[in-house]
Formats: sequence, C-alpha cells, structure tokens
Amino acid sequence: MERIPILRIGSLLLVTIQVDLYDDLALQLQDDLSTRIAELGATGVLIDISALEIVDSFIGRTLANIAAIARVLDAETVVVGMQPAVAITLVELGMSLPGIRTALNVDLGMEYLRQAATGGDGVGTDHYAE
Amino acid sequence: METVSEQIITRSEILPIRTQIDLVHVRQRVRTWLSEERFTLIDQTKIVTAASELARNALEHGGGGQMEMSLLAVGARKGIRLKFSDQGPGIVDIAMALKDGYTTAGGMGLGLGGSKRLMSEFDIQSSPGAGTVVTVTRWK
Ligand SMILES: Nc1ncnc2c1ncn2[C@@H]1O[C@H](COP(=O)(O)OP(=O)(O)OP(=O)(O)O)[C@@H](O)[C@H]1O
Ligand SMILES: [Mg+2]
Repeated sequence: MERIPILRIGSLLLVTIQVDLYDDLALQLQDDLSTRIAELGATGVLIDISALEIVDSFIGRTLANIAAIARVLDAETVVVGMQPAVAITLVELGMSLPGIRTALNVDLGMEYLRQAATGGDGVGTDHYAE
Repeated sequence: METVSEQIITRSEILPIRTQIDLVHVRQRVRTWLSEERFTLIDQTKIVTAASELARNALEHGGGGQMEMSLLAVGARKGIRLKFSDQGPGIVDIAMALKDGYTTAGGMGLGLGGSKRLMSEFDIQSSPGAGTVVTVTRWK
C-alpha cells in the first residue's frame, strides 16, 4: 500500500503531505506516525499541509487524532502551512481544530517545537526575576 | 421592464461514488470545473470541501451512489449545482441530522450542517428506506 514518508530530523518527525489524501492513506499516516513517535522517542511532529487544497471533516479529525495520540506519547504536533482559503473554509465548516497547534511555515513550526522540547515554551520565570 | 432570465444548464456530468478513490476523483473533477469557470480560490475551496463531505456521506452512510454536477447560467450569472444521490437507508430525522455534532457513525457530525453553510442553496430529500438526495448550489 502507498504510504506518506516520514522524515526524521533530530528528535522531530516531519511529514509533508503532497498527494491526494484518500481516507485510508490518512489513517495509515496516523498509524505510522504513532509507531515512529514511540520507536524514536520523538518529541515533536511537524505536518506540512501547504500542498493540501482542502481539509474536510475527515482529514481534520485525523489531524486532531494524530495530535492527541502524539500528546499521550509525550510529543507535540504542529500543523504548518495551511492555505488561507482552507482555513476560512474549515471555520465555516465548523471545525476549529481544538488542541492543534499551527504555524505559518516549517521553519516557525520547528522553532516552536525545539523551544517546547527544551522547556523554553514561555512559562519560565526569568522575565520576572530580579 | 424587468427581464426574467431562465435558468439553463450549460454543462453536466455524472460521477460514481463507490470507493474512497471515487471521493478523490469527485474532489478533483469539481475543482477542475471550478477553476475552468474561474470561480475564486475561496469559492473553489468551499465548494470542493462541501462536495467531499456530501460524497463521503453518500459512500459511508448511503452505501454508495453518484454525483451529478451541472453548470448553471441565469443570464450572465453562473453557478454550480451538485446533486448527490444514494439508495441507502435514508434519514429518519433530517432536522436532527443537520445539527452540528449529530452523528450516528462516530464522525464529527459536521458534514451536512457544514456543507449547508458552505453553499448558497441546500436541499435534502430523504426518507427511511428510500435513499437520500442532497442538492447544493453555489452562485458565482
Ligand atoms: N446519505 C446519507 N444516508 C443516510 N444517512 C445519512 C446520509 N448523510 C448523512 N446521514 C446521517 O446524518 C448524520 C449526520 O451527517 P454529517 O455528515 O453531518 O455527520 P457524519 O457524517 O456523521 O460525520 P462527519 O461528516 O463530520 O465526519 C450521519 O451520521 C448519518 O446518520
Ligand atoms: Mg458526514
């Protein structure tokens, strides 16, 4: 069966969706990612959907599931590159993708995940010290 | 004096909805038409998303069916109409099925309500045992 490749960059996993995402392929990705996160002890997952022309309720649900599974496995998920038209449509559809962190592009997503992994996610007290 | 223009169908095509790959074809074909007819990118995205939801409903809840897509013209105004039909179990309570969050299949319950919001016109005909026909239209 066809599979979406998962790249490893340090402790992060990167997935770039470049094909028409039929339902079983999305579910396969969910399974593959879960397995890889556990195997590699990944701390973050980056899913680049800039090539996706639509996100319907099924794909939205799959992305939310991936984020939920990753969280249980102690990894954070960031969905990057959502096209503006897709974002507008998703909101009108009624999907706000709760629990999914998004970033504008891969670089910003990575930066966020690296900071989150080193505990520098903005909750430190250093700003208030002194 | 006001002229009342007649609504005419300038183009039409029927696509099967039997497999997941058919869902991909439905999305691609609707997209191709919309871009040929120069609908805006946002309109294209909304219409293709609604098509994906309704085609998946016909496949998963209706056991498969078809989509008929037609290009409409009323005077200079253009629109696209998508008609999804299946011979599945039908819907007992349509008002309930249209509510966001209502699902009998572990979904999000957003397909019907969401596609209604994404399109200009929405019509659903269904009764238990007689299948379901959902017709949606969006004007340019
Ligand atoms: N073609 C159909 N035939 C029979 N029942 C249908 C059909 N379309 C929708 N329904 C019923 O209406 C309910 C709501 O549909 P809707 O598309 O809104 O949500 P869903 O398909 O359950 O989940 P989602 O679309 O969010 O993944 C369905 O769960 C199903 O019971
Ligand atoms: Mg549905």
